[in-house]
Amino acid sequence: MLDRHKFLEKNSLVLTVAILVTVAVGGAVEIAPLFYLESTIEKVEGVRPYSPLELAGRDIYIREGCYTCHSQQIRPLRDEVERYGHYSLAAESMYDHPFQWGSKRTGPDLARVGGKYSDEWQRQHLIDPRSVVPESVMPPYALLDKNRLAYHDIENKLRALRLEGVPYTDEMIENAKSDLEAQVDPFSADYDALLARYPKAQIRNFDGDSSAVSEMDAMIAYLQVLGTMVDFSTYEAEENYR
Amino acid sequence: MAASDLHHAEQRGGDVMLLAAGLFVGVLSAVFTAARTADPLMSAHAMMFLAAFVAGAFALAQYVSTPREAGPYDFGVVRAGVIASVFWGLAGFLVGVIIAAQLAFPNLFYFPDLPWSSFGRLRPLHTSAVVFAFGGNVLIATSFYVVQRTCRARLFGGVAPWFVFWGYNLFIVIAATGYLMGVTQSKEYAEPEWYADLWLTIVWVVYLVVFLGTVLKRKEPHIYVANWFYLAFIVTIAMLHIVNNLAIPVSIVGSKSYSLFAGVQDALTQWWYGHNAVGFFLTAGFLAIMYYFIPKRAERPVYSYRLSIVHFWSLIFIYIWAGPHHLHYTALPEWAQTLGMTFSIMLWMPSWGGMINGLMTLSGAWDKLRTDPVLRMMVVSVAFYGMSTFEGPLMSVRAVNSLSHYTDWTIGHVHSGALGWVGYVSFGALYCLTQWLWNRKRLYSNALVEWHFWISTIGIVLYIAAMWVSGVMQGLMWRAYDQFGFLESSFVETVAAMHPYYVIRMCGGLLFLTGALIMTYNLWRTARGDVREKERAQGGALAPAPAE
Amino acid sequence: MYEALAKFAQTWGLVLFVLAFALTLAYALAPSNSRKFKEASEIPLKDEGDADGEE
Repeated sequence: MLDRHKFLEKNSLVLTVAILVTVAVGGAVEIAPLFYLESTIEKVEGVRPYSPLELAGRDIYIREGCYTCHSQQIRPLRDEVERYGHYSLAAESMYDHPFQWGSKRTGPDLARVGGKYSDEWQRQHLIDPRSVVPESVMPPYALLDKNRLAYHDIENKLRALRLEGVPYTDEMIENAKSDLEAQVDPFSADYDALLARYPKAQIRNFDGDSSAVSEMDAMIAYLQVLGTMVDFSTYEAEENYR
Repeated sequence: MAASDLHHAEQRGGDVMLLAAGLFVGVLSAVFTAARTADPLMSAHAMMFLAAFVAGAFALAQYVSTPREAGPYDFGVVRAGVIASVFWGLAGFLVGVIIAAQLAFPNLFYFPDLPWSSFGRLRPLHTSAVVFAFGGNVLIATSFYVVQRTCRARLFGGVAPWFVFWGYNLFIVIAATGYLMGVTQSKEYAEPEWYADLWLTIVWVVYLVVFLGTVLKRKEPHIYVANWFYLAFIVTIAMLHIVNNLAIPVSIVGSKSYSLFAGVQDALTQWWYGHNAVGFFLTAGFLAIMYYFIPKRAERPVYSYRLSIVHFWSLIFIYIWAGPHHLHYTALPEWAQTLGMTFSIMLWMPSWGGMINGLMTLSGAWDKLRTDPVLRMMVVSVAFYGMSTFEGPLMSVRAVNSLSHYTDWTIGHVHSGALGWVGYVSFGALYCLTQWLWNRKRLYSNALVEWHFWISTIGIVLYIAAMWVSGVMQGLMWRAYDQFGFLESSFVETVAAMHPYYVIRMCGGLLFLTGALIMTYNLWRTARGDVREKERAQGGALAPAPAE
Repeated sequence: MYEALAKFAQTWGLVLFVLAFALTLAYALAPSNSRKFKEASEIPLKDEGDADGEE
């Protein structure tokens, strides 16, 4: 046995392999079961893939690094549940590629910000946070209101996500562009079809300007859907205890 | 495998041919991407890659036409690494001060018309600049130095070490400009997009080949323990980087991709990566520096070589499990959280084993702490290592974590490790390397090292004290109830309460940056061969330079 | 499946880890290795620059 160790110390290739094996164990034991154990993700009703507009908004949320200051993960602690709402379920982020749980709350948690504020408040707050919350330290995102949303590749985005397991159908991919446009137009002919594809999607002009789809539209659409999908009146916490 | 191939290739000048072929393929793919992409961000990056590959081709031609560095070792690339480390260090610290100022004075330091200047884009720039640009260059430079010295062998691979150096720095530039433009995967410390990740993978594999190749042709029968740590750092970072960055691009000529994993699986993969970026990049790699530079500078062998072996294997085995402590009370299954917590607490032991080994190396030579400020800086760094590796396990306990998580306490904890441990041990190594590699008998000024040391130390103390107080206060305010059973503070009241601490933190960072500027001046004058007028009379070197 | 895995981890997993640690300790503390470790620990202090320059 001791000789084997001597061999190890003198042989750099063996040392390399030994290191790799040693450091592989922890990850394998902790991560791999999450893909196989059925109890990892709770059984709940209502979680659906993001609509194209919400997805575009989510991409802006990522682009601007919102996750550096805002978490999207409510812990089952009394104060958090009272402040933010029902604690977060794994199921609620099962289509989040990548996850946006965050690690820091320089600003408040956003896991259930959907529906808490009006569209106009969100718009004002994003343009100039201190005009509505004087003590805020958030950067202004006035450009979102001016920038037209670039969505030429929205079908490809849905396709990439489908490859990763998000249940986008052919129909959803085909209609991605028109669905995106329809979600900011309450008089769109696509209204019912959009709702059928994305149940409970909120359809309205989010930024108050109907001349074009802006980045602000997408961003607010994303913020307004956060944490609103699961119907907690039918959720059985006991059955999902892990 | 590739090592022996490259070895033969090197003898026939094949290293140059390989690199030339690689650059050619690189130019083709950059041109293809630039021509086909509809994404302005990708187009900008394709042009940067193109410019770098063309410049690389010219540099290669230059390399071929100049004779190889005389002497038994290849130290040119180490010198370049020292310069790059100092440059990126200053850049990273500066961005840190800027984002600290933004949180302290949002009305002064935010510019609504400059999207690249917002906190959300600068913060990843700061973390990547200090961790990967500064820390990474320090690790590459010191590993190339230490592996040659302790193996008594010239760096393997001919031009390959230079490829590692420039390739790595190209990755840094792509990552940094990407953040400013809004190109990010949003996975903390793994923000660069898929094509930058692929590029880093190539660079990293060559780095492994160079390092292993050098170890393989060593003249020394033993592999010195510092090289074990470097090897663990290189191998493990490769594993973490590849798994955590698995993603599907929206288009092969577009910058955007989506992480292969989602939700809870993605979260654990990310923090398995994130915590071990700390464990293997910021710990194992810098422990290698400790195991070489402290004995060298103190002129005595490491306190216990036996302890270093136990330290090594237990550290690398246990560290990798600790990731889930970043996800306490989240939707991650409880069994995983408990495992993460258990191993985090166990991690305290090997960490302190390493600390004791570093500190006790000085036993019998404590007087050197008084006379050699560079050695003192490195020893204090080990003390900071001990402090933050005690605080870490404490914060990984679920009950403590319920208070500390999401607050500035975490930021303070990270910075006690980053500024105190990683920063100081790197500065110590940079002082040593500049003196040794530019063949100077002594530094330009030891008094300036004293200034650097004391100014930075005050800065660190201000920083971590402010973040500790503000973090604990924040956590307590979030959970405080009034006598009627209602939450006492609205969220924004807790933000307002942070203001004085954010100002103190900014001042602490500013002092740390000032110290680094003093170091830069000192290193520059040292490299030029100057000795400060007042100190000339004090006699020769306080610590020896290795004979060439 | 969860129960089976958990049970294995809590019994044999623990035994394996203790065994691995014991082996590491035995290696580090074995008297027969002490000379080797002494040599290795002196490596950084050697100063002769006699590397094999060209190979």
